[in-house]
Amino acid sequence: MPDAILSTHEIDKSFGALRASESISLTLRANEIHAIIGPNGAGKSTLIAQICGSLRPNSGRVTFLGQDVTDLPTEARARMGLARTFQTSALAMDHTVLQNVLLGALGASARPWRFFAPITRDIALRDTAEAALRETGLQDLAARRTAELSHGQRRQLEVAVALTQAPRAFVMDEPMAGLGAEGSRRLTGFLDELRATAPILLVEHDMDAVFALADRISVLVYGRIIATGSVDDIRADPRVRDAYLGDGA
Amino acid sequence: MIREPYVNAALLAALLIVPGWAVWVDEPFTITLATRAVIFALAAVGLNIALGLGGLVSLGHAVFFGIGGYAMGVLASHAQSYTPLYDGAFTIEGTKSMPVIWLVAALASGLAAWLIGALSLRTSGVYFIMITLAFGQMAYFFAISWPAYGGEDGLSIYVRNGFPGLNTLDPIQFYGLCLGWLCLALWGYARLRRSPFGLALDAARQVPGRVRAVGLDPRRLQLVALVISGAVTGLAGALFADLNRFVSPSMLSWQMSGEIMVFVILGGVARLCGPVAGAVFYVLMEHWLGGISEYWQIYLGLVLLAVVLFGRGGLIGLICGRGRPDA
Repeated sequence: MPDAILSTHEIDKSFGALRASESISLTLRANEIHAIIGPNGAGKSTLIAQICGSLRPNSGRVTFLGQDVTDLPTEARARMGLARTFQTSALAMDHTVLQNVLLGALGASARPWRFFAPITRDIALRDTAEAALRETGLQDLAARRTAELSHGQRRQLEVAVALTQAPRAFVMDEPMAGLGAEGSRRLTGFLDELRATAPILLVEHDMDAVFALADRISVLVYGRIIATGSVDDIRADPRVRDAYLGDGA
Repeated sequence: MIREPYVNAALLAALLIVPGWAVWVDEPFTITLATRAVIFALAAVGLNIALGLGGLVSLGHAVFFGIGGYAMGVLASHAQSYTPLYDGAFTIEGTKSMPVIWLVAALASGLAAWLIGALSLRTSGVYFIMITLAFGQMAYFFAISWPAYGGEDGLSIYVRNGFPGLNTLDPIQFYGLCLGWLCLALWGYARLRRSPFGLALDAARQVPGRVRAVGLDPRRLQLVALVISGAVTGLAGALFADLNRFVSPSMLSWQMSGEIMVFVILGGVARLCGPVAGAVFYVLMEHWLGGISEYWQIYLGLVLLAVVLFGRGGLIGLICGRGRPDA
């Protein structure tokens, strides 16, 4: 597929007798939101870890922007523009909100080996960081210590950091987790626009958000993708209803 | 609560005024005491880069302190015996020049930090502490069993090394050099803390996973921090050897590593002048309590216990309030 930004080719991962990923192939195309759903323990986190580089598959390849990145570490993939958000916020709690987005911009600039001039005097980094805060509506909290943010604000900051990374693709691990109805609705609107910036591989439990956003959905059960298709295909698929959605969906 | 910059200014002012007064009333011993405190403070500022900013609990900083000391000892002993350090395809002479000795001390200890860091940064937490301690013990026993430079007895230098334009035998002039280095190191630390590197290093201490996810390698950041840290502590070691005109394996001992760490923790981890406060306090206790009892470290232990229990930001934290300083 020529327009695949990010893809996995038959990746396998086992932990002892447990097969966490079984021949998983999926693609993320330009401007799309591809959602991955599945019950707890289906292997979603393991899949994300292999895509982002913290776990190496036993076999199979991961490609990003047409390049085989299977052997590249997390930080090299990030520098290519693979921006991820974490399921439980991974932010520097002692730092201010601005410092957290500055870190993202610094990573993208790949110039951390500067020891004397204050980082706040780097106009280019500041511009990137402040733009990300404005986009996520956090600009008034820039000087706030991250530990003092509410849960919802931390989720927003996770997204803001990803925005600073000159992203070519987003991988988001349950960005809606714990947001509540109103927060989910707002983030849904935001992600809907964001797909124009870069495609999003979205792992999410919030079905309303998934059905509202996804161009395609893949269903992961026991380490295997049992179905991939449009929202309507997935809603109608009897195997998916059995395995996951239940009769109410 | 007093604001931290005022406390720092008062501390540095005291380091200017007290030795000045000692010159006035002709008390050279007070100057020596102050020099000792300033050199310890410099070593601890070095450790604070690794420990405070990088979160690397190194129990092997005596290696760098000792390498700095031996850099001075080896170079100066060859100069005073007029034997070349190396005589083969080319000749390396010893030297009594402080700037050259400082450069060699900083480079050698920085190189050692790079080697030790490259191996020990594969581990973290308690394993990192143990592996740095192990490297420290290796260096210590190597120095003891190396007869060329005095082995267990150490190495004496008859005349203090020279600095262009100064009479380093005059205690106050040597003190000025040491204080100059301390101020330079503190300035560098303050700049480093706010720099792009400092931000990334501080983040690598808090959330290494995030640092990786934005495209930076936490281990490389920590390795560079350890090299800078080791070089500063090594420089302090060269000055310490020059102060005593003597270097021995005890500079490499794990007790020395512990003492440098005590300076930092006593004064306040990651505080700009925490290492200075800790080292000054330690030297004063050593002097006063040492006069009362041979076992003065019992009392030091009590003080350390109280500071750690009641002021988690060390002495500076007790005066200025808890919590991490804003970077």
